[in-house]
Amino acid sequence: MSMQIEDPRIVEFDVQTDEMLVNMGPQHPSTHGVLRLLLRTDGEIVHECTPHIGYLHRCAEKIGENLSPVQWIPYTDRMDYLAAMNMNLGFALAVEKLVGMEVSDRARHLRVLIAELGRIASHLVGMGAYGLDLGSFSPFLYAFREREIILDLFEEVCGARLTCSYLTPGGATHDLPEEIEIPDGLAAVTGRPQGERLALLDVVEIFLEWLEDRIREYHILLTRNAIFIKRTSGIGVLSPETAISHGCTGPVLRGSGVRYDLRRDGEPIYTRMYEDYDFDVIAAPFKDAPAEVVVGDNWCRFYVRMLEVVQAIRLVRQAIPKYQSAEGSHRETFRMNTKLPKDEVYLETECPRGQMGFYIVGNGTPEPLRVRAKSSCFCNLSVTGLLCEGVPLADVPAVVGSLDIVMGEIDR
Amino acid sequence: MNITEIHSLLLEQFGESVVGASPHDAIDPWIEVAADSIVEVATFVRDHEQLRFDHLNDLCGVDYLEPDPKKAKKFDHEPHVEVVYQLSSIELGHRLKLKVILPRWQNDEPGSEPVCPSVASVWSIADWHEREAWDLVGIRFEGHPGLRRILCPEDWTGHALRKDYEFPLEYHGIRGR
Repeated sequence: MSMQIEDPRIVEFDVQTDEMLVNMGPQHPSTHGVLRLLLRTDGEIVHECTPHIGYLHRCAEKIGENLSPVQWIPYTDRMDYLAAMNMNLGFALAVEKLVGMEVSDRARHLRVLIAELGRIASHLVGMGAYGLDLGSFSPFLYAFREREIILDLFEEVCGARLTCSYLTPGGATHDLPEEIEIPDGLAAVTGRPQGERLALLDVVEIFLEWLEDRIREYHILLTRNAIFIKRTSGIGVLSPETAISHGCTGPVLRGSGVRYDLRRDGEPIYTRMYEDYDFDVIAAPFKDAPAEVVVGDNWCRFYVRMLEVVQAIRLVRQAIPKYQSAEGSHRETFRMNTKLPKDEVYLETECPRGQMGFYIVGNGTPEPLRVRAKSSCFCNLSVTGLLCEGVPLADVPAVVGSLDIVMGEIDR
Repeated sequence: MNITEIHSLLLEQFGESVVGASPHDAIDPWIEVAADSIVEVATFVRDHEQLRFDHLNDLCGVDYLEPDPKKAKKFDHEPHVEVVYQLSSIELGHRLKLKVILPRWQNDEPGSEPVCPSVASVWSIADWHEREAWDLVGIRFEGHPGLRRILCPEDWTGHALRKDYEFPLEYHGIRGR
């Protein structure tokens, strides 16, 4: 029986052949916060992707002009709230560079220990949430279980879990506690008695040992998972030239094959922190990568983070004995009314998401004339438009997720 | 290359009318560049084989003004606006800071924003950084592919990081204070 269409115009209504504007976000779960992507699509294929940001703009730079550096430290927490310790450290170092202050060895090793734990916690979220973007739910829960223990440790150290405000100009607000109660989560997974009191550094050691085994599980769940490889390899390929021109840094840059890490290549005030530490700078290409993987694709960016967790574990392990034997106080005095010299500094540090820069212009008063936070995610996000051109709509979350952005840092 | 060598190289190439002196007592010394020539200088430092500044770390605007007359005596800058370019070379590992100094208002007419040529054609990331500097400090980048606000809403008035910025009392019926 042949089908008769009464009104031939219905066909026109049913089959749409023109391009469509799709608004993704700012409340879409896989935009990692309040990011709005305006997509021009032809069927399933994205022709143009324009990111719109600013939904989380909190005027941090304007506020910074009215506060002394010590008072502004909590604002740096709230930028990249997944790596608050690393943000504190970046700003504290910039202030120290401006006033010409040096911290003791004890504070230096304490900072390495804390910052690298922060890096592990941050990469766990980046990695777990990426699995979630691609439809694999379990790794996310496991990653959060691991991260929870680090947050418990941070809570023992400074009282706060997320917005720590722990590392300040001159060192850290408190020294590390000697003895703590083992975090419930860690006791449960390692089979130790609940509420056992142990030295903090021993707890860290127990945690790292347990975490190392978990990483093998992540490789099974994600890295070597056939579906995961299909969704990530060869998609969102970022060439090293484009990455550099677009100011990409951190795992995004290293995933494109540029071996550049400020912990090794940064300014002396920052590299001095890591001078007697042994670690590798991870960058694509990888010998053990699946055959489909191309340098600079989503898989490479993800794998850089995975391997950086292993390097961070190595660094924390080295920091523990160094901290124990180091001399000096955990904090040099830096007062709230310490006057900033009439000079200006710019300092970038290697945060988990890339190079976070702080630019401070002193004015002879405790409050700086201008304080600027250059966000790494801001630059990393600027390539989304390029990477999403010509990919199917379902790959947009895969590309955005692989950049591992935090909107709090982009919008400041 | 250190800052003195870069400075003399730029002086040789562009002359004193373009390249200003670099202060040596500063923690991070910088080189001042005339606004009209910033694109030429930027292209030169990016492509010169001894410089290779391929990475624009940061671009931001700074407003130098002390609005409080009581504190103005201690403020030893003439009112002006600066655009600060932080560069680094991933290949050679050195760093450079360039500055373009602009009047606070073009031709001293309050309300007409100062103009600086855009370097978005030299480093792609300058596109977004310049949009931010326009949004917050009110510097108009000439030759920019699409200069519009990036952090504030498109219908926002004023530029928040200007020192004489007045906070709005209301925005679409939302009270400001």
